[in-house]
Amino acid sequence: MEKIILPTQPGTPSDVEDIKQESNYLRGTLEKTMQNPLSSGIPEADNRLMKFHGSYLQDDRDLRNERQRQKLEPAYQFMVRVRTPGGTATPEQWLVMDEMGDKYGNGSLKLTTRQAFQVHGILKWNVKKYMQEIHEVLLDCIAACGDVNRNVMCNVNPNQSDFHQEVYEWSAKLSEHLLPKTRAYHELWLDGEKVFDGQQTEEVEPIYGALYLPRKFKIGIAIPPSNDVDVFSQDIGLIAVIENNELIGFNVAVGGGMGMTHGDTATYPQLGRLIGFIYKEQLLETAEKILTIQRDYGNRSVRKNARFKYTIDARGLEWFKDELAKRLSFTLEKSRPYLFTRTGDEYGWIQGEDGNWHHTLFIQNGRIKDEDDYLLKTGLREIAKVHTGLFRLTPNQNLLIADVTPAKKEQIDQLLKHYAITDGAQYSALRRNAIACVSLPTCGLAMAEAERYLPSLITKIDEILAEHNLSQTEIGIRMSGCPNGCSRAAMGEIGFIGKGPGKYNLYLGGDFTGQRLNKLYKENIDEAEILATLQPLLAHYAKERQKDEHFGDFVIRQGYVEAVTDGQHFHH
Amino acid sequence: MSIATTNSPFNEAQIQLLNQLLPSLDIYQKAWLAGYISATPQADITSNVETKKVTVLYASQTGNSQQLAETLGERLRQANVETTVVSTAKFKTNQLKKLTNLIVIASTHGEGEPPDNAIPFYEFLHSSRAPKLSHLNYAVLALGDSSYEFFCKTGADFDQQLEKLGAKRLISRVDCDVAYEEDAARFIDDIIEQVAQVNVPTIQSNATVNEASVYTKSQPFYAEVVDKFVLNGRGSSKHTMHIELSLEGANLTYEPGDSVGILSKNNAALVEQVAAALTFTDEKPENLQQQLVTKEITQLTKPLFEKLKNYSKNEAFLALAWQDYHYGRDLLDVLTTYGPFEWTSEQFLALLRDLPPRLYSIASSQLANEESVHLTISKVAYETDGRERLGVCSGQIAEQIEVGDQLPIYIHHNPNFSLPKDETPIIMIGAGTGVAPFRSFIEERAERQQTSDAWLFFGDQHFVTDFLYQTDWQQWLEDGALTDISLAFSRDQSTKIYVQHRLAEQAEKVYEWLQRGAIIYVCGDKDAMAKDVEQTLLTIIKEQGACTDEEANAYLTELRQNNRYQRDVY
Repeated sequence: MEKIILPTQPGTPSDVEDIKQESNYLRGTLEKTMQNPLSSGIPEADNRLMKFHGSYLQDDRDLRNERQRQKLEPAYQFMVRVRTPGGTATPEQWLVMDEMGDKYGNGSLKLTTRQAFQVHGILKWNVKKYMQEIHEVLLDCIAACGDVNRNVMCNVNPNQSDFHQEVYEWSAKLSEHLLPKTRAYHELWLDGEKVFDGQQTEEVEPIYGALYLPRKFKIGIAIPPSNDVDVFSQDIGLIAVIENNELIGFNVAVGGGMGMTHGDTATYPQLGRLIGFIYKEQLLETAEKILTIQRDYGNRSVRKNARFKYTIDARGLEWFKDELAKRLSFTLEKSRPYLFTRTGDEYGWIQGEDGNWHHTLFIQNGRIKDEDDYLLKTGLREIAKVHTGLFRLTPNQNLLIADVTPAKKEQIDQLLKHYAITDGAQYSALRRNAIACVSLPTCGLAMAEAERYLPSLITKIDEILAEHNLSQTEIGIRMSGCPNGCSRAAMGEIGFIGKGPGKYNLYLGGDFTGQRLNKLYKENIDEAEILATLQPLLAHYAKERQKDEHFGDFVIRQGYVEAVTDGQHFHH
Repeated sequence: MSIATTNSPFNEAQIQLLNQLLPSLDIYQKAWLAGYISATPQADITSNVETKKVTVLYASQTGNSQQLAETLGERLRQANVETTVVSTAKFKTNQLKKLTNLIVIASTHGEGEPPDNAIPFYEFLHSSRAPKLSHLNYAVLALGDSSYEFFCKTGADFDQQLEKLGAKRLISRVDCDVAYEEDAARFIDDIIEQVAQVNVPTIQSNATVNEASVYTKSQPFYAEVVDKFVLNGRGSSKHTMHIELSLEGANLTYEPGDSVGILSKNNAALVEQVAAALTFTDEKPENLQQQLVTKEITQLTKPLFEKLKNYSKNEAFLALAWQDYHYGRDLLDVLTTYGPFEWTSEQFLALLRDLPPRLYSIASSQLANEESVHLTISKVAYETDGRERLGVCSGQIAEQIEVGDQLPIYIHHNPNFSLPKDETPIIMIGAGTGVAPFRSFIEERAERQQTSDAWLFFGDQHFVTDFLYQTDWQQWLEDGALTDISLAFSRDQSTKIYVQHRLAEQAEKVYEWLQRGAIIYVCGDKDAMAKDVEQTLLTIIKEQGACTDEEANAYLTELRQNNRYQRDVY
């Protein structure tokens, strides 16, 4: 194995590059600082490394000022994100995640927009115990965050069960193949045997090298007609190509990504661009080679310009194709046709081709907790105790109870009824197609509320919808507390990105099937103005929409906003 | 000025000779004579002169006994009595045989225990090693708190034991309650009268009044509350307040280790309820209430409980034992449960002692806060028989006092709990509000830029909510004003971990510090913590020093005598 030598770049490497460089493959001083009893926090450098271990330090921002006054440090706590490729968990794993939420976390579980579990509120002294206990059921947090390939997403709809299983298996293989190989995780959290200084050589990371990637890297696999994974928002978007009910290979899109910085037009959300078709056996090689191009050419000086999309846009797609061709042992074929019809989930029971049943539940914002009048967490626990199939976390933060045998269906159904666990049927189609990121109080980047606010905003928009007979018209609405875009708000038909407390930018014109970005319509507005803005638009839509015309298409046809199909035009 | 019998210890014949000789000496001769006399062994001088000698021995925990001893000593000297004022900690027991007059001033703590630094002397006097003292005249002034069962027990023990050893009592023992000033003044007057042959009137010279501020509990300074907040984070079961009082214009000085006495008032609602439970015809309710505001009504002391019985015909009450009833209850419980009582308002009011001031360890350094003082106060609140009860002072501060209000305070100096000026290592052990004086210690060290060894052991319930002054300690650890910290949060895990467990874990290092001369400070709850800490210290000394129980005890005793084991426990 040759030593990885990165091409030289202009500019000084960012502080995070230095931290990685000095970390001895992600160890840093974590062993020591995680034990320091004086603070429940850790230094910034170690927190950067902690991300590669699937966790990072946050604090309860609701309490920040109050505690400072009380001469207490911030209410530090760790968020731990569990890697579940394709969002798949066994009932046994579900039960452990459920228990961990109570035992070490804040009593709730969050299903993320990348099909992972997140638990918030874990105290420093419990992080290791948490890692060890989830390890018992073969779950880990490796690379759930950090400058590496993240949790690999995969379509969850298994009604075409023959090839769905195969596609899922490819997502798991991809996740495995691109996982960092350092032993640091095992040493730090699982009391694995230590690799002594000097023994750790370049070979430990044959794909990444000692500096890993310049920035996070995301891969998702869609199975048309569902684009639930938002395949064009991924660094590598893969579209499964099925012919004669058999998985042949994948169309490959590159350079999608959501994040941007307010006020910096050099940063923008971008859609992935199709570069061709590969056969399924070529998947691992293709993904690895694409990733190494980003490893070698991604900007390691300015982190906000370090995502793969900027690497490609700065040099042009043709350059990228040439570079990839040099690295691949084969030639890409021409993209195959595909058709997407939606990004949202379809709720309720469906029967797969093999006779097994699958039930998609509506989980508001992916938050699983018990409320006084809605024992969602308890109900799902009871279901997990009897369920013999799998749980699948959807990219829309919902939950699929998958592979229920016909014999078990009645029992699961009874439990669902007993706990009144909803498939969302009683809600507006808007609410059923909503996504919000976590945001306040735990996310350090948040500028405005998201998860805690969107439900009440939807209640108010629902009134307008009801007025215009649109309650059951499907409109995708997404809210992010900051422009980094965990909820992929820049692709929503209605998108909100937080600007400040109670203030949002309103974006319109995203595509219901996830193939277009939205565009800024109103800047920095509060709730009253949001409602005043949407009211006439929705009235207009109700009155003059064409048959089956989605709201995002309507606002473009009517000239409210221009269509954005290339992120480089997002701001202009 | 010529020498006379009235202004010197000499007799008439000596005075004649001296008055002949002294005027004839030149400066050189006078200097030589002065040097000669001072270099001559004292025994030679005193054997020729008959002088009344008194030793005032004090056993002090918080400094009250010491202060009274010094006052008495001053008064005796003014009355031409040769007086030695000495702490029981410094007193050499082999001197007992040589004394002729001994005045003991001793306070009592907790369950009838002597002050820490008096324990060796107390034990010696009660042991078979104690000598016969038939040559000795003595008197005892006892300080205590009648809310405790063993009121003034240490003083009483000294009184009885000295009598038992054959000493002759000069005047009867006086037992003082928390408001001790008047009784103590009477005792001092009686002693002066008994001991002093020459009755010199007390000098009322302004020159003797210290330049420093003279605010006392009878003449407190009204300090404005300039800050007040709760130190415990949300979700805590504790309510520990940090308050800052302005000393602007008071000219008050304090040292780390000192306390602030607060003269608080009873809760108005409680006073109202007590007044309502009484039906006096000879006193208007509003007058009664006014008087009750400053009377102790929240503590059901044993003397009060017994005296109440004199006015009751209620069989159930008369048969009730104080120890079975008093815990968590107050006067109102007795009045409402066992009333009516047959008494006049005057008789009733005479039963109640004045509300004693509440002492709180100072949590700030005056070097850093020239004109303010910080206190750490835990709100006492509990429920008994379905009624919520509040600590008099902590309840008042928690519920009624706001920033801008004033509190009557005075500084209570505590020389027995003080920070060394030199580089001596210090080990500070405090749980909960017991950490307060250590904040003043470390803040003082930070001001002095002192970075010699200083180790804090702190404990409370939960790290997240109860790590009192967390960010201060973090800063001081970074600066070096604090060098080591060990933390015990009892309820963050299934087994309870307390400061003594952390101490035991660090046995080797603790012992090594002790061997290097470290001073140990313990502050906080006497029963819940201080006892266990002491036991742990003994175990550490025994195990690390590879010695017997007796030797470990002796080691600790020596630490105490050398002021290297200082406690402020309550």
